Amino acid sequence: MLNRKDLLGIRDLSKEEIMMILERAEGMKSIVLGNAPKRNDLNGETMITLFYENSTRTRMAFTAAGKYMGANVLDLGVATSSVKKGETLVDTGITLDRMGTEFMVLRHSMSGAPHLLAKNVKASVINAGDGANEHPTQALLDFYTIYEKKGGFKNLKVTIIGDIAHSRVARSNVFGLTKLGAKVTLAGPGTLTAKSMEALGCTVTTDLKEAVKDADIVMALRIQLERQKGGLFPNLREYSQIYGIDEEIFKYAKEDAILMHPAPVNRGIELMPELIDSGVSVIDEQVTNGVAVRMAILELLREGRA
Amino acid sequence: MKLCIKNGKIINPNTNFEAVTDLWVEEGKVIYIGERNDWKADETIDATDKWVVPGLIDLHVHFRAPGFEHKEDIASGAAAAAKGGFTTVCCMPNTKPVIDNECVVEYINAMASRANGVNVLPIGAITKDQAGETLADIGKMVEHGICAISEDGKTVANAGLMKKAMQYVKPFNIPVMSHTEEKTLTGGAMNAGENAQLFGIKGIPREAEEIIVARDILLAKYTGVKLHLCHISTKGSVEIIRFAKMQGVNVTAETAPHYFTLDDSILGDYDANKKMSPPLRTKEDVAAIKAALQEGVIDVIATDHAPHHYDEKNVEFEAAPFGIVGLETSFAVSHTQLVKSGLISPMALVERMSSKPAQILGIDKGDISVGKVADITILDPEVTYKIDPTKFVSKSKNTPFGGMEVTGDVAYTLVNGRIVYQKNA
Repeated sequence: MLNRKDLLGIRDLSKEEIMMILERAEGMKSIVLGNAPKRNDLNGETMITLFYENSTRTRMAFTAAGKYMGANVLDLGVATSSVKKGETLVDTGITLDRMGTEFMVLRHSMSGAPHLLAKNVKASVINAGDGANEHPTQALLDFYTIYEKKGGFKNLKVTIIGDIAHSRVARSNVFGLTKLGAKVTLAGPGTLTAKSMEALGCTVTTDLKEAVKDADIVMALRIQLERQKGGLFPNLREYSQIYGIDEEIFKYAKEDAILMHPAPVNRGIELMPELIDSGVSVIDEQVTNGVAVRMAILELLREGRA
Repeated sequence: MKLCIKNGKIINPNTNFEAVTDLWVEEGKVIYIGERNDWKADETIDATDKWVVPGLIDLHVHFRAPGFEHKEDIASGAAAAAKGGFTTVCCMPNTKPVIDNECVVEYINAMASRANGVNVLPIGAITKDQAGETLADIGKMVEHGICAISEDGKTVANAGLMKKAMQYVKPFNIPVMSHTEEKTLTGGAMNAGENAQLFGIKGIPREAEEIIVARDILLAKYTGVKLHLCHISTKGSVEIIRFAKMQGVNVTAETAPHYFTLDDSILGDYDANKKMSPPLRTKEDVAAIKAALQEGVIDVIATDHAPHHYDEKNVEFEAAPFGIVGLETSFAVSHTQLVKSGLISPMALVERMSSKPAQILGIDKGDISVGKVADITILDPEVTYKIDPTKFVSKSKNTPFGGMEVTGDVAYTLVNGRIVYQKNA
């Protein structure tokens, strides 16, 4: 069981807690794949998803995870809720808390929003992505995928490429992978990386070949198209030609290296279609693992509460 | 009527006087320092083991009136000032309407005259509505009593307009107080750097402050205006100011207690009561600010008292407004950090909190020599306690110092010889 009310970030999880989640997810995967019956451990419990930002994968994966565990799953349609009347996050949280809610899954554009919600509600708050801070469940599904493919983390070289500076996925991955014993390298253009991220215990470079060299895992991040408007790089053509990952650059990685991406992918921008379709990608498996990991988290948090 | 403040340690930086003796007040003035067996006091304050100092002066507060009275108003702000030992405060013009003409100045004056007696000196805006486009009615505001001009909360982005403001205000002989922030470099919520990376919060880089510090110093050098730099928070700014002073530029600078006490490593709980502009910086900056206070490169401790309602702070960190209150904690925190630690003398602390601010304003305060106005603060330098925001008399409690153990408290505050605050009274 997880001895905590909320899951807010990888930063404050121990290595043991991360491994506990991954081990529990192993048993959940066959349920997601339809090879084992669905569960009813969360029968009578309610999980509400509150998504202040758009999402397909994360929201659906949480919804599926909740249902496969037998929970009542509700969604606050933020766009049609009183949030649009100016209701604060704290008041919205208290309102939902009073309806009898065991889990709140929050995605928000501002860093620390789940921490604020968690302080103000009795329900367990799960961070589904907060600003540029953390995306812990994405990172946990990434860890699970790596664990499955590589059998462990010790001394693996994991290279993450793209919009590092604004990426909650990169941040959560670095926090966790370094705890698990992997070596992480972050790479991208000078405006999308920051040397100060080395404070997290990783290496930061703008040299793509250096970054990919001998990597066990190459993880690309989505270039948010609005970044170009912010003047952070000249245009998508230049980005894709200089920083896009293609088969040529992937050759610098280890022979058995795998390609990951949190999706949705901008095909032809950060990842070239030919590479994605060449058999090195585990992007589709990440999706399945995302449901399994979230089922594990729900169960472990519930056990901690009981 | 004679008031005798008995047996306190009188600390008066202007005359470099420090001795345990009596101080006599009559008709709002200091009339004698020393024992007078031939006089009979109508009222006596026992100041044994206490410091008797010129009333503290805060160059930088936000009293939010008119416009945002749910955060603070002149009366509640003046009460907080008195409790913090301040006898004179200068209130910034980012109100609604902005203090940009004499009518708003007179509103502040009227509200202050109905408050507890603490001197509340309005600061006029530099530009109309703080919009950065045309000069505010600076001359008319001077006629009605503003003590300085400032765009605080904002920087006048247009260097040409800032230069014109300096040229225009110079003959009125009041300082320009500069809020130094290059807006095209900000947009974050905490100091840019390693801790911002750890907490995933967008950063405000140090160069955003330093660029405008350098710009305004250069403008002051060429216009000859009296420039006062608000809330200095970085090591780089200190270095630029030190260089400017060596060049003989007419510049002074303030910092606030949080910039020499707290650093950006404490923001991992996303508590918006630790959010202000400029933001808490690194440990390296904290050390540089302390050293600059010791050296005198930074002249003044101000509070940047910036009240916000708890509802406004109980939101997402990045959505919360910038600013913390400071009047009721400034002496205790400064005394603990700077004097108890042995960094500066009690005399130097009083200079940074009273006589130097008075000199910058060019007012006849910050001095308790015979004949001077009896704005006096009596401080208890030995009492140790934990800061309790629920005890604040300010309307707002947004402080990062709650629960911090400090040494030093205010026992009495007198304005014009009249007690406006007395501890436990």
